[in-house]
Amino acid sequence: MTTSTPVTAPRPEPDAGHRAPRLAVWKFSSCDGCQLTLLDAEDELLPLAGRVEIAYFLEASRHQEPGPYDLSLVEGSIATPEDEERIRRVRADSRYLVVIGACATAGGIQALRNLADVKEYARTVYARPDYIRTLDRSRPVSDYVPVDFELRGCPIDKGQLLEVVCAFLAGRRPDIPDQSVCFACKARGTVCVTTAHGIPCLGPVTHAGCGAICPAYGRGCYGCFGPVTGARTDALLPLLRRDGLGEREIVRFYRTFNAEAPAFAAAARRAGGQDEAGERDRAGERDRAGEEDSASEHEESEGEGGAA
Amino acid sequence: MTHRSERLLGVSALARVEGEGAMRVTVRDGRVEDVRLSIYEPPRFFEAFLRGRAWTEPPDITARICGICPVAYQLTACAAIEDACGVAVHREEPGIAALRRLLYCGEWIESHTLHVYLLHAPDFLGLPDALTLARTERATVERGLRLKKAGNDLLETLGGRAIHPVNVRLGGFHRLPTGAELARLERQLTQARRDAEEALEWVGGFDFPELEIEHALLALSEPDRYAIDTGTPLAEPGGAFPVRDFERHVTEHQVAHSTALQADLDGRRHLCGPLARWNLNHRRLPAAVQAAAAGAGLGGRCTNPFRSIVVRAAEVLWAVDESLRIIADYRPPSRPHLEVPPRAGIGYAATEAPRGTLYHRYELDAEGGVRSAVIVPPTAQNQRAVESDLRDFVQARLDLDDAELTRQCEQAIRNYDPCISCAAHFLDLTVDRG
Repeated sequence: MTTSTPVTAPRPEPDAGHRAPRLAVWKFSSCDGCQLTLLDAEDELLPLAGRVEIAYFLEASRHQEPGPYDLSLVEGSIATPEDEERIRRVRADSRYLVVIGACATAGGIQALRNLADVKEYARTVYARPDYIRTLDRSRPVSDYVPVDFELRGCPIDKGQLLEVVCAFLAGRRPDIPDQSVCFACKARGTVCVTTAHGIPCLGPVTHAGCGAICPAYGRGCYGCFGPVTGARTDALLPLLRRDGLGEREIVRFYRTFNAEAPAFAAAARRAGGQDEAGERDRAGERDRAGEEDSASEHEESEGEGGAA
Repeated sequence: MTHRSERLLGVSALARVEGEGAMRVTVRDGRVEDVRLSIYEPPRFFEAFLRGRAWTEPPDITARICGICPVAYQLTACAAIEDACGVAVHREEPGIAALRRLLYCGEWIESHTLHVYLLHAPDFLGLPDALTLARTERATVERGLRLKKAGNDLLETLGGRAIHPVNVRLGGFHRLPTGAELARLERQLTQARRDAEEALEWVGGFDFPELEIEHALLALSEPDRYAIDTGTPLAEPGGAFPVRDFERHVTEHQVAHSTALQADLDGRRHLCGPLARWNLNHRRLPAAVQAAAAGAGLGGRCTNPFRSIVVRAAEVLWAVDESLRIIADYRPPSRPHLEVPPRAGIGYAATEAPRGTLYHRYELDAEGGVRSAVIVPPTAQNQRAVESDLRDFVQARLDLDDAELTRQCEQAIRNYDPCISCAAHFLDLTVDRG
């Protein structure tokens, strides 16, 4: 799950001629915040609209063109049986498919259901849970189809989104550095909140991109951009303990906005031990799904490898 | 095909709303038989997974219910949990309360302007979107984007970022704004005031379909100011009631065609949001805003849902003025936040999100663990009113062809600025005319 590693994907060639590239924006299970980021680009929105044909962007326009699309931006996680079908159609219709945000790249906050009994969740929220159609787990798009790029964040950063869109339109790789929040903090000149004030901070293991806002506002990073490649969560553990977090708090720290990102999921398991009820449920689910092997491998490469 | 006694109109994916929904209208023998606003946004189970989290966490977590109104969720969660813990920020640190109101004004400016310019105005102009409008009226769209940016800049300065702000916490903020930051905002808002005035005048000049509908109304109210971050629920009919009684008056039901729960007010279909606030509270608006609103055609009572866009524009002008007033009166509090130590108890709060009244309740254990959470968003409350309005609206327009009737139905739905992700749900219109 490296942000900067493109995956090989089928790419229908664009039509001949000089027509504007066709952009589509899709929503799956999400809060709309990541696609809203495009509309929040107040200074860049009209110039961008002059360079691309917005062929499908339901939040912005009634006008809907059928595919194929040159670039599809996908927000949200795959959380219902309909989502599974729809994401395959979007992939087939898209030359490049870029997923945006924590939901699309890691299952999002709704992936907290993956650690629990979703039927019990449905009973908690709905009087008639039998009316609700939902998958047991909320999963990232890449679990279903090949994706060309994953842009992190809850929400994504406006500047990074514009960079990704411009890069794909220009046929080059996006310049999205694979660094931790600590780099951004240093670049911004923010005093380290952990070193100076003993504030627990996930900055060392979290992917940069937000501009290191939280430390600049005097709080620790809470990991909304998900794990950086090679996140050394083992090395951070003693610091989090020193700064006053107990096991349950550390587990919750990692299990919020990117709970199912492999490095954070592994860190939460190590911090909390294997004796939690939620863990048993989860392991049982994986056994049933026959996924144990691939899950362990993933954990190995993201967690242990990174800490070595 | 047999004789055309039945007609089915549908929008399978409603455009220019927040979230995912569908609409289906069935007409038989010249009568509207059924109207369904289906919200098929996948359920996200926030109330379920908030259980077991620490009392400090719901402000950051519930922000993720909605990318368009995260501040509404953050501030309502803070107020409800502070209520459970016995902390009254308004009384103990009025400076913090003023900054919260300023932050909320930023969200009102941003969210309302997004809706007015990018989601709703194109309907009145017969265009698919604001980007098409920009080809002929670039200055108009640029004015809207500039105003929206003023709201976002306020959010970014006070909150750290516009979507899912990071600077909000129980008891107040992590960091207070500097004098230089507030001075910069003041300059920008002074510019924005002109844009807000022009926006109000612009939407006041639109053509509004004839439609007068009476609903029961619900909005927060305060005796001496326009209520957004605090206030007492005021029902019409029914009068005021304490927020801790909210669930006794506003009850949620589940329907088979929607993942969003539907709420009613004392057993009646009701409306919250701009029209409810206008009708219950417009006398609390400053005279200058009332005068500008009157100039844009808003009378003492407004029951035409299509004019909600004018109320939104008037509320933007108010929010800009209120922001300038708060900045002018600002005295920095002695600390960025109050401590909010946990204790066992139940806390209640409601605030006015741009789309309407938002209610939270949390039950905490002695260590601050969340035992249960209840969240009633505005769109869940407005769903029955939307369905009812569409029924009358379609009935009066059965002579239109399917495409035009469908387009007008979508516009009518957008009157409510439905926040379907908030309601946990998406809009898909089908009109069955058989």
